[in-house]
This record gives sequence, C-alpha cells and structure tokens, in this order.
Amino acid sequence: MDTFLQVLASGLMLGALFAIVSIGLTLIFGIVKVVNFAHGEFLMIGMYLVYLITAKLGLHPLVTVVAVAPLLFLVGVATQRLIIQPLMSARDDHIQIFATVGLSTALINLALLIFGADIANTPPGGLRMPIQIGPARVLLGQVIILLASAALVIGLQLFLQRTQTGRAIRAVAQNRAAAQLMGINVNRIYMLAFGIGAACVGFAAAMVAPLYPTSPTIGTYFVLTAFVVVVLGGLGSIGGAFAGAMIIGLIDSFAGFYIGSDLREVAVFGVFLLILILKPSGLFSERLNLSHVSP
Amino acid sequence: MLRLEGIHAGYGATTILHNVSLDVRAGEVVTIVGANGAGKTTTLRTIAGLIRPTAGRMTFEGQDITRLPAHEVVDLGITLIPEGRQLFADMTVHENLLMGAYRGEARAKQKDTLDNVLSLFPRVRERLNQSAGSLSGGEQQMVAIARGMMARPKLLMFDEPSLGLAPIVVQQVFDVIDAIVKTGATVLIVEQNVFHTLRAADRGYVLENGEIVLSDSADALLTNDHVRQAYLGI
Repeated sequence: MDTFLQVLASGLMLGALFAIVSIGLTLIFGIVKVVNFAHGEFLMIGMYLVYLITAKLGLHPLVTVVAVAPLLFLVGVATQRLIIQPLMSARDDHIQIFATVGLSTALINLALLIFGADIANTPPGGLRMPIQIGPARVLLGQVIILLASAALVIGLQLFLQRTQTGRAIRAVAQNRAAAQLMGINVNRIYMLAFGIGAACVGFAAAMVAPLYPTSPTIGTYFVLTAFVVVVLGGLGSIGGAFAGAMIIGLIDSFAGFYIGSDLREVAVFGVFLLILILKPSGLFSERLNLSHVSP
Repeated sequence: MLRLEGIHAGYGATTILHNVSLDVRAGEVVTIVGANGAGKTTTLRTIAGLIRPTAGRMTFEGQDITRLPAHEVVDLGITLIPEGRQLFADMTVHENLLMGAYRGEARAKQKDTLDNVLSLFPRVRERLNQSAGSLSGGEQQMVAIARGMMARPKLLMFDEPSLGLAPIVVQQVFDVIDAIVKTGATVLIVEQNVFHTLRAADRGYVLENGEIVLSDSADALLTNDHVRQAYLGI
C-alpha cells in the first residue's frame, strides 16, 4: 500500500511538471491558432536564464521568476510580431507551423553556440530536499511545481473570464472578424496572447531548472509530452491541459513501476492513441473554431 | 457625414466594387439595394475597414478613413452589424454586449449604455447570462443589434439583418430597426426585403455588378419601373 501511495505521489508530481510546461502551449494554440513547435526551446531559454541569474548573481532560483517570466513574455511577443504575423496572410496556414519548427532549430543551435553541448546545473537552492507526506516521499521543488501549476491554471482562468482584456482575448479566439468590428486590435491581442503563453513557460522554467539539468536540447525532452498533454486535454483548453498532464503523469508513474520502466512510454502513448480513437477532440475540449487549421 | 468617392475594392485579385460613390448625411436612413453578389456586403465591409480599397477615397465627418484598420474605424463612431450575426457563441450574452463597448468612450459609459440598450430589447435582458450560441436565430440577431449599439455609434450599418429568420421574427427585427431609426440615428442598411427597407429609408442606391446604377429618394425608387421590376417583383 505504501508503495502504491508513493507511486501515486510520484505520478502527481510528474503530472504537475508536464502541466506547468504545457499550459502556455495550449494557450497559444487556443488563441493564435498556431502550434508553436519552438515551445520547448522557450523553456530552454528560460532555464538558461534561470541558470545565468542564479549562477552570476547568487539569487535563489525561484526569485528569478520576476525577471524570467517578463523576458519570455518579450520573446513571445517578438515571435508573434516578427515571425508569425508576417505569415498571417500566407496562403497556406502550415507555413506558420514550419516557421516555428525553423525557430526551434535555430534556437537549439544558438544555444549550442553560446553554451556548448555541456549541461548546466542550476543551484537547487534547497528545492531538491525530500519531504515526507504520509508514507510518500517527494521533493520540495516538486510540491512547489504542483502548487504553482494549479495557481497558474486558476490565475489564467480568472484573467480570461473576469477582465475586459481577457474577454477580448476570448472574443478574438472565437471570431476574429467580429472582434475587429468591436474595435479590438486583433494583432495586438495575438502578440499579447503569444507573450502570455511564453511567459507561462518562463514561469515554469524557474521551477524546473533547479530540478533538471539545462542543456540546448532540454526542450525537445519536454515538448513531446507537452504535445500529448495538450492534445489529450483538448487543444486550447487550459483546464484540460492540466487534467491531461495529471493523467499522463500517473500513467507514466504506474506503468514505470508495475510494468517496467522501459515500457512506460508504450503505456503513455498506448493510452493516448486509445483516447484519440475514442474521443478525437480530446477529453476536455471546449468548442473551438478550428476553421483555419486544415485537417 | 460619410462619403465614398470612386471606391474600388475586392478580395485578393478579384475587384468587386467599381467606382462606387455614395454619401450618407447625418440623421439619414440610406439603403443599398442590389442582387446577391452585387457588392452590397463588400461595400459595408470596406467602410468598416475589413477590406482596404484599391482606389478611391472615403471620409467620415471630414476625416480620411480610406486606409484605417477596422478597430480605428470603430473609434470614429462607425459600427457594422455583420451579416450572419457573428456573435461570440461561447460567451454569454452579457459578455457579448460588453465587447460591443470595448473602445474608449463607449467603455467609460458602458453601464449607462447597457441600461438604455436593454430597455429596447426586453428579450435580451432575460437571456443575459446564457451563452450566445444557445439562443434562437431571432434572439441572436437582437443581441447582434444590441451589441452594435453598445458602441454608441454615430453611424450604424446593418448587413442583411433579416437573413435566415422566420417571417414572424423578421417583423420583430424590423420593429427594432424602426425604433432605432425613430431615435434619429444615422443608418446605412443592406437588406433583402427591399420593399420594407425602402419604406423606412430616406434615400437609396441601386448597386448592380459592383457599380451604382441609380440613386434617388426612397419614395422615388419605390415607384421606379426598374426597381419595381428587378427588386420588388411587381
């Protein structure tokens, strides 16, 4: 029984990690309708920033969030303004997706050029300290990720539901032309949404960096799972991404322990395929206008 | 108030409007009559800033609006109530109305405007907390009109407000438009029900294949042989 609870706790912690890196991805997709293949590299940039700030200034990694999240916001805004927006009128929507793939490759190689292929270890700042919750033992940093990801989901929902800017963002996501007729500057909303999505992953980086080694390709390690989580939860659904991340985390943890650690991905993707066959729109999909995402 | 001079506009390489000139004076109700595909919707979308003209000039209250993006046209006081309603289906009726008053002055007066607008639309008031997508077609059209009025426009443009509605609902929509006209609003309306619209309007333009072929007072158009034959079926 104790083992079961330990596996359960590990699964929830893993789920929270997947959630915190996936939320920004689903937000950008839901609003700008662009699948951002550079999302993992945004996380990588964030983790290097956390590493640099903690290593050079001796700050606690969690404190770096006040700088890293705004910096990633600017990265997101710049990506939308300089790469996505000029391609908005492209005849084929897939061109935007290819552009983000290109950005991803460019950023990985830029990081290799600057930091080399060696890993960079952010000082843990006490976050790798194990803590005992009943029979289960988890890391302090993992508990913080769980709380932070829940806070992020709730915070974003409140922002989108309760503020005029949040409502404008939803209006643009639902009907772009009508939003323009309301006087909403659609291009500015897209920049804002892309910025917020990137800031979310910057927020995640401050919590992930103390627990995981940073390297130029760290993004690709997380982003595949992030895509599974986002599709599972229903593209564009923030709450869905959180739930999807928890499901994937639990499957990963239980399959790793009870079936065999080298078969956990078989279990994760097996369940993923099964759910896609049974409910292709994802578990918690909100009604989304996917009209310009070609099948 | 609004003046179009020699406007050419279209989609991509296809030019739909050829040399369209028209004007709307303050307090007037003006209608554009034409067959499907004549360019009526394109005209309204061009004025609203959703389509940029390739030639010609548009002014509103003396200010050049030819190249203004849609959201800045709204700022000047021009609001288009689009064909097919185009509500934010997953948002509540109340949220839809708030979006109508998104910009500057309208946002500051949001509360007052909401009360005023809802007094015109008792049915909309009952539905405030429902999602807009769950309403019937007629109710959605009422919300679309109410949302347009939330912007406190100086010029209100209607694009086919009765399209796709049941006859009894069409009458309700016309009643609402008549009530808005009686408040002295300046209106530019495109509507398939030519007879009713010409009776409510002061002046009309006839648009055929993207060109204005006729313009006259509404009364004169109602007795014009060509209009009667082509659009009134008499």
